[in-house]
Amino acid sequence: MFGLSRTVGLSQRMAFARLSSTLAFVETAGSKITPSSLSALTAAQELGKPITALLVGPHAADAAKEVSKVTSVDKILVSPSEKYDHYLPEQVSPLVASLLKDSDYSNFVVAASTVGKNFLPRVGAILDLQPISDIIKVVSPDTFVRPTYAGNAILTVKSKDSQVLFSVRSSAFAPVELKDTRDVPVEEVPYVEAGNSAEFVSEELVKSERPDLGSAKVVVAGGRGLKNKEEFDRLITPLAEKLNAAIGASRAAVDAGFCDNSLQVGQTGKVVAPDLYIAVGISGAIQHLAGMKDAKTIVAINKDEEAPIFSVADVGIVGDVFEIVPELTAKI
Amino acid sequence: MSSKIRILLPVKRVIDAALKPRINKAQTGVESAGVKFSINPFDDIAVEEAIKIRNAHKDRVESIHAVSIGPNKAQDILRIALAKGADTSTLVDVKDQDVEPLQVSKILKKLQEKHNSNLIILGKQAIDDDSNQTGQMLAGLLNWPQATNASKVKINADNTVEVEREIDGGVEVVKASLPIIITTDLRLNEPKFVTLPKMMKAKKKPLEILRVDELGITLENRLETIKLEDPPVRQGGAKVGSVDELISKLKELKAI
Repeated sequence: MFGLSRTVGLSQRMAFARLSSTLAFVETAGSKITPSSLSALTAAQELGKPITALLVGPHAADAAKEVSKVTSVDKILVSPSEKYDHYLPEQVSPLVASLLKDSDYSNFVVAASTVGKNFLPRVGAILDLQPISDIIKVVSPDTFVRPTYAGNAILTVKSKDSQVLFSVRSSAFAPVELKDTRDVPVEEVPYVEAGNSAEFVSEELVKSERPDLGSAKVVVAGGRGLKNKEEFDRLITPLAEKLNAAIGASRAAVDAGFCDNSLQVGQTGKVVAPDLYIAVGISGAIQHLAGMKDAKTIVAINKDEEAPIFSVADVGIVGDVFEIVPELTAKI
Repeated sequence: MSSKIRILLPVKRVIDAALKPRINKAQTGVESAGVKFSINPFDDIAVEEAIKIRNAHKDRVESIHAVSIGPNKAQDILRIALAKGADTSTLVDVKDQDVEPLQVSKILKKLQEKHNSNLIILGKQAIDDDSNQTGQMLAGLLNWPQATNASKVKINADNTVEVEREIDGGVEVVKASLPIIITTDLRLNEPKFVTLPKMMKAKKKPLEILRVDELGITLENRLETIKLEDPPVRQGGAKVGSVDELISKLKELKAI
């Protein structure tokens, strides 16, 4: 372990001779890179500096092969300790902080996933740095654009910190392209002792045949206008299947128990920007619009012609969702 | 043995969630004159949770202290927290200065020390800045365990706390011993409205006002606002009369 840490120390000193570089955290699901991390890598690329990718946990070594397919990554760090399983922030943050401290990394990039949001500020606290959350555009390595007020105000912000830490809103960046497996140097990083930590007890992930909501090209979303869970399933699922779409929902639909919490689209739920978003029986509260108004094409189906959703919809149709949706599913 | 619980409740005054903010002419911030402000909705959920914890563990909860960092008018939301059941409160008066999450966390750390709090509950994010950082940063500064985006909280007799968290694609349960920081998600509870008699009573509860320098902190922002703009306007509003027209329009837009 001591030997390993010395190796890293040496390589970091050697790296000083180069230009500053970017450390990008890559989150994995099994041996695959998560879609939100693929988008974060695109943002990392826009900084125009060499990228070192960091992978942690028991699957890190397997996923390193996948990361080598990203041509802009010129080095991969792997810290395989079991303690990094489930990405507990108390465990991951000291590791990331130790890699950043006194290093030549000018930037640290992570996806604004629930994992990234959970540990990035903690890293900032350890290093006395103020991270920037949820960026939607890279202006320069210290200046970014991010939404505030549920997307009702767009902030361009510049950091004065010596190292700039930020998280990336995945809907704003296309996933990085994966080419052929390359021979990229992989270095193992030892576990870094953590302080008081919560422990993982269990998790329950919603199993779905449908594509991931955050990265799907098409989203079919339902709202309170669908009346109940049975109607939600009966109308939304077949249309989503036909379009190979992910299923989403408004807060009202989730609150009414039509579907799982994790399907909520909006300020406090998922923010999506698919090519096509079909809003069924959704009125379009500010909080919901914040989560989907960057979709390329928006379709709104609602019986209330005054519903605010129509003001952002490219194509609206006023009428009974219980008639329109089955007809659309049959004909599309 | 079950230890006593001393809760710290940070609450932020924000533009009411139902309002659309107006950006000022200089593009440096939003207009605040004549605008309705409220308690940050996620912090309201935190207040409710603290009261629920006290009701469930009457003999264990020793104190609930609410704190707000903001202008003098933030006293209003502290009064709401007091009316709902907080015992005492502190306003750290920073006038109209924007205080970044790192600074907020440093101030809150001082208040944790002062009140010897061992449970801190706050919203996962403030709906103005939408940063979602303060709870995690405070946990980092204190070197405490953290449970963000909580949808269920259970405090056990052996001083462990189990928290169900909303994560991408589902939920996760984590467990830690006190002290701990919990940030609230939307479905942790439904905050109740506060009644007028309770508001009247809250006027008699302690509200201390401090300046940051009295806490030994100098505010120093790390981020500079280059500009604040309205989002691009979406040209929507087009309607069709039938499903067939809808499909041909989508084909025309190359959406299907």
